[in-house]
Amino acid sequence: MTRMRRVAVVGAGMTKFVRRALETPKELAWLATKAALDSAAMTLDQIGCVVHGTAPDAFDGLHMKGEYLSDGSGGWKKPYLRCYVGGGTGVYAIAQGWFHVASGLFDTAIVVCEEKMSSCQPHPQAAFLTIFDNFTEQALKPNLLWIFALEQNRYMATYGITNEEIARVSVKNKRNALGHPAAQLGAELTVKEVLNSEIMAWPVHRLMVSPTSDGAAAVILAAEDIAKKVTDKPVWIQGVGWCLDTTYWTNRDLCYPEYVEKAAWMAYKMAGIREPRKEINIAEPYDPFAYKELHHLEGLQLAPKGQAPKLLADGVFDRDGDLPVTPSGGLLGVGNPIAAAGTMKICELFWQLRGEAGQRQVPGKPERGVAQAWGDLMQVGTVVVMGTKPV
Amino acid sequence: MEPRVAILGVGAVPAQPATPGVSYKEMMFQAAQRAYADAGIEFNEVESFVTCAEDLNEGLSIFDEYTPDQLGAVQKPMHTLTQDGLHGIADAVMQIRSGLVETVVVEAHSKYSNILTPDWILDYAVDPLWNRPLGFSAHALAGLEMNAFLHDTGITADEVGHVAAKNRTNALRNPLAAYPSRTVPEDVGRSSYAFYPIREIEWARPADGCVVLVLGSEDRTRGTRSQPVWVRGVGFANDSPTVESRDWVRAEYARISARMAYRQAGIRQPEREIHLFEVDDTYAYKELQHLVALGLYPRPGEAGRAAASGATKPNGETPVNVSGGSLGGGMTLEAAGLYRVAELVAQLRGQAGPRQLSRVKTALAQSWRGVPTTSGAVVILSSE
Repeated sequence: MTRMRRVAVVGAGMTKFVRRALETPKELAWLATKAALDSAAMTLDQIGCVVHGTAPDAFDGLHMKGEYLSDGSGGWKKPYLRCYVGGGTGVYAIAQGWFHVASGLFDTAIVVCEEKMSSCQPHPQAAFLTIFDNFTEQALKPNLLWIFALEQNRYMATYGITNEEIARVSVKNKRNALGHPAAQLGAELTVKEVLNSEIMAWPVHRLMVSPTSDGAAAVILAAEDIAKKVTDKPVWIQGVGWCLDTTYWTNRDLCYPEYVEKAAWMAYKMAGIREPRKEINIAEPYDPFAYKELHHLEGLQLAPKGQAPKLLADGVFDRDGDLPVTPSGGLLGVGNPIAAAGTMKICELFWQLRGEAGQRQVPGKPERGVAQAWGDLMQVGTVVVMGTKPV
Repeated sequence: MEPRVAILGVGAVPAQPATPGVSYKEMMFQAAQRAYADAGIEFNEVESFVTCAEDLNEGLSIFDEYTPDQLGAVQKPMHTLTQDGLHGIADAVMQIRSGLVETVVVEAHSKYSNILTPDWILDYAVDPLWNRPLGFSAHALAGLEMNAFLHDTGITADEVGHVAAKNRTNALRNPLAAYPSRTVPEDVGRSSYAFYPIREIEWARPADGCVVLVLGSEDRTRGTRSQPVWVRGVGFANDSPTVESRDWVRAEYARISARMAYRQAGIRQPEREIHLFEVDDTYAYKELQHLVALGLYPRPGEAGRAAASGATKPNGETPVNVSGGSLGGGMTLEAAGLYRVAELVAQLRGQAGPRQLSRVKTALAQSWRGVPTTSGAVVILSSE
């Protein structure tokens, strides 16, 4: 097979993540689109196609939400596609944009992810009831906190992990977010404060849960020849992977996310990575709940099964540690406008790998990072590997 | 288009007004079994899966959760597009051409009969700030657009009536069609208005159904038992979703999609180089508007005269919607484009039975996502 066409990220932008934005969903999408275009000094005329990502239509209260958001995302009289894998969308959309360009059909693409959860009144948690099976689950009135409490419990019981160890994720990420200008919930906290916060569904405490947010994020992708003209610091997409597990989540052992492992190896194989722990300098795993960051680091092969909490306690995942994890502040700190949160992680890798992350910058000139998102019924893993060198 | 991509297998369940006996998962399973058998592959040979669906039509949020098991896609790369099945084909073609995978499955279905309040749901697709408070049905937009289209092109309502009669009659020969009926243009004039000037008979009625396709790279076609049909070009585009700023006469989304697909396929004279068109006809006038956008009629008024003269009938010089289209086959939500592709594949393989046209070597399918959208796609297929 001939070598794959090289694709780079050449621009990134995002809105502030907030609890209740005054902008319409369309305006949020446009603010991120414009910020990304401006960062690359490009105009919409130079963009070949638009890839949009956004999670349930129910949040924004719109049917065919992708169509509504199309012009806000720059998809006017242009090829436009809205892709979708629940919470995994924000990182998956980059894979989608990657193959739009890698296929040779387009030379440039803008990937825009948006979510406005505050339209859902009084709280978007109610909309989540409709993600469950109509017959076997909805009648039980489940919500996300309950099922994640189940998963966290299983993870803790299997490997003998304590809630103190998990609370450290909240402390680290919310602290990291203090350096992020778009962050909603940056804070200086202690483990004790996290564990003293209200119990939402045991063992999940309020400060271990990401907020509901409004926001949008966007990146611009370009084929090699164009990327080199647009910027002297392109960040290359080295690998993409995604994997969807069975609908029947109740039949899975929740202690370990196999689908994340499969998605990760798909991306690593493409990037030529054999030993992820040694070859990756920064990780941005999906952290909607504190334990998920640890769970996902194990799925990403960046920690042995059940060992991520120990590495965290040892400071390995701190911003100046051996493997900085979620230097952005993540969903716990920056906020969680579902699809936009995943793309925020891609933006973070772009800024970190270019050395433009300001006070969040990890030391040591990182060369390669991995971003991951997750979603559906604890079911889908999406992974993108980015680096300063093309593969 | 290099490297080349082919459709290896098609599986479709017949569209029907209602399907109380099967769930959407069972329909998907049936269509997938047929597609994999047609392609001569096992489900575990497929490397990536694409489904096309909208949450609110399915009655579930994050609908992609419910897609993998019945297609054999567990723990495989799989994602959903909230767009027509033809967008799904474009997606699959891009995945294969990028070199990432060699075999991709595309699925789309309609379980419209499950939707208890379709008009209420459609209302949520209308702009919430400027348009929804006016309290009109989104279908009225089609009436307004038909008026603008007739006024600008000089096409008459009678000429549009020929489209409805042709497509419903064509469907009599298509076992996948839900609403076949022997219809003459005079019947159209007797039908009452739905949204002026669109008559009931000119508005495609909803149906349930499911289509699954298997696409593969050129390497993948070697040694298979299937009869490949080549994808020569794919195109997709949106015009403005905002009703105040879109083009009401020209279907810009179809024109831009077609231009993209023609460029890939190297087609300069579509009216001569393409032998069969299966285009969106959710409302009868849309067939004419889309044919104009595809570049078949430099003077748009000719589209109406062609319909009235029978030039777009199966035995005419430019056959359009031999399958019966959506007017005869039923409006099947995101699956609409894939039913058109199923027809093209049957025709290009010479398996269309009583509908079989002679000398069909290149054919085109075009889709539109219905009101209030301006989202469309084009796929060009060839037997060579």
